[in-house]
Amino acid sequence: MTSVSDAPAVRTEELYKFYGTTEAVSGLDLVVPAGITFGFLGPNGAGKTTTIGMLCTLLLPTSGRAEVSGYDVVAQPHEVRDRIGLVFQESTLDLDLTAEENMRFHAELFGLSRRQSKPAVDALLDLVELTDRKDSPVRDYSGGMRRRLEIARGLLNTPSVLFLDEPTTGLDPQTRVAIWEHLHRLRRDSNVTLFLTTHHLEEAENCDRIAIMDHGDVVAHGTPAELKAVVGADLVVLRTGDDHAAVRAAREGFGLDGEIGADGVRLRVDDGATFVPRLCAGLGVAVHSVTVKPPSLDDVFLHYTGRSIRDDAGPTTLADIGRRSA
Amino acid sequence: MTQVSDTPRARTEAPPEPAPAHPPRRNLRAIRMLWYREVVRLGRNRTRIVMGLVTPLMFLLILGTGLESAAGQVGEGLRQYRSYLFPGVLVMATQAPAIAVGISVVWDRQAGFLRQALVAPVHRVSLLLGLCLGGAMSGALYGGLVLLIAGPVGVPYHPALLIALVEVSLVALMFTALGILAAVCIRKIETFQVVVSLCLMPLMFLSGAMFPPGGLPGWLGTAVQLNPLTYAIDAIRRTLPGDLDMGGYAVGPQLWGWTPPVLVELAMVVALAFGALLVAARRFSRAE
Repeated sequence: MTSVSDAPAVRTEELYKFYGTTEAVSGLDLVVPAGITFGFLGPNGAGKTTTIGMLCTLLLPTSGRAEVSGYDVVAQPHEVRDRIGLVFQESTLDLDLTAEENMRFHAELFGLSRRQSKPAVDALLDLVELTDRKDSPVRDYSGGMRRRLEIARGLLNTPSVLFLDEPTTGLDPQTRVAIWEHLHRLRRDSNVTLFLTTHHLEEAENCDRIAIMDHGDVVAHGTPAELKAVVGADLVVLRTGDDHAAVRAAREGFGLDGEIGADGVRLRVDDGATFVPRLCAGLGVAVHSVTVKPPSLDDVFLHYTGRSIRDDAGPTTLADIGRRSA
Repeated sequence: MTQVSDTPRARTEAPPEPAPAHPPRRNLRAIRMLWYREVVRLGRNRTRIVMGLVTPLMFLLILGTGLESAAGQVGEGLRQYRSYLFPGVLVMATQAPAIAVGISVVWDRQAGFLRQALVAPVHRVSLLLGLCLGGAMSGALYGGLVLLIAGPVGVPYHPALLIALVEVSLVALMFTALGILAAVCIRKIETFQVVVSLCLMPLMFLSGAMFPPGGLPGWLGTAVQLNPLTYAIDAIRRTLPGDLDMGGYAVGPQLWGWTPPVLVELAMVVALAFGALLVAARRFSRAE
């Protein structure tokens, strides 16, 4: 048994959660070391959000164990709550209040007096670049600003683990990048563990480790590079003047087994971007367009489950859990 | 699972942990925060105050004035109907903020602030208590605004109005506690609104707010006797200065021929408030 101080950020053993007869989480074994960015990937309904709900003491596990920073989520919920921050998928800000008030009231929930919380509130608002808007009502904020404020709020109690449920869902691409910059800065400047869920592999690139969840259990885990290596190569799609000739030339000149799809010639290549110039030069066929597609979560997911991630519908969010549990 | 290559940073680099407050103090701080938050929100939403006062004032000024002017034809007792109606209207004024707190509990628990608060290391009972005190405070404010027009409707300005304000605050506490109890039991906002409007009307009609609770025919008398609001309104009526008994025609509520003293009536209100809050807290703290 490790001591509490160097315990992993999250550890679960044979964790189960049933809703009636529906198995939401089935025998989850997970170890997330402290101090990393951990991405939990999976389609809606895979059990990611239910898992976060249990780790954050909002839901009681049906059976099994779960620990956050060495504290049991069932036996020591207050110790766990003291050490976690949580950013829900949907906004839980008080729209009538200003950013500064949202922060201050939240700090008081964690037992900080106004005097104690003031420096922390100021520093965190500065971190997420909202200092100059701190006295505006949150109602007037954009989606990205609200999300940044929620991340700052989640950090108020200097948590060991910050849980983020789909932190970039519903945001435009530029805002997503900005949110990730903030999260990276956060990881650099503090030793907080980031535990987030997502269904975008592009976002998983930002994580130190990821785990793919399906039907309530982890089907694969590793670094993003490891996982993509399993699927293998980038997909290069060529539109050419003569597809059959192109396939032949690719086999003879580069030893690649291509196929002809509806969108053109499809080739699997490691590091497609650097390979394309050589390929075009050596193909001897007129090339009209080239697309290089890195392996997607869909590919990785397909590899492990035999299904496409898009087949699984059924949105489950922490909001549903809040509704069920509170 | 394998460990990652990324070495966790040394603990010493972490920002200094704030000294954890003593748990009771922490809960008190949370209660105070929720109460204060309610006050801030109320202050920022003045239209809500105006809207909340419309219905009670309509009863007082339209129904009250109308029936008073009919007094010449139908009977002497109605001559001071507006002052008779006044205690009931005071109680009615505390309903709007209580319902608002109830709605915020239903709503915030699903998609807002309260859901976030549930993750804080604070007892859920404290969360409810803070919300309840906030609602009671708002209710007292509404009641206070109605008390300002006591003079024009025949209730003299007198220090006893301050005692009445305290009583109104207790009623507001009871209403908010009942609103929170309903909110904790009901998950859908639509259902909550239906239940509330279904309950409020009979509660008011059967409370002696609009007609004297004594000497009613059997079934109606029993219903009025069972209604806790009857005693709340009677307590306020007996506290307010001036003649609020329709020139002696109105008889207060009686239990088996016994007229409960004002303090007993208020004790019933407080007991109901805490009973409702306890049941609500029990239901609320049950995790799934």
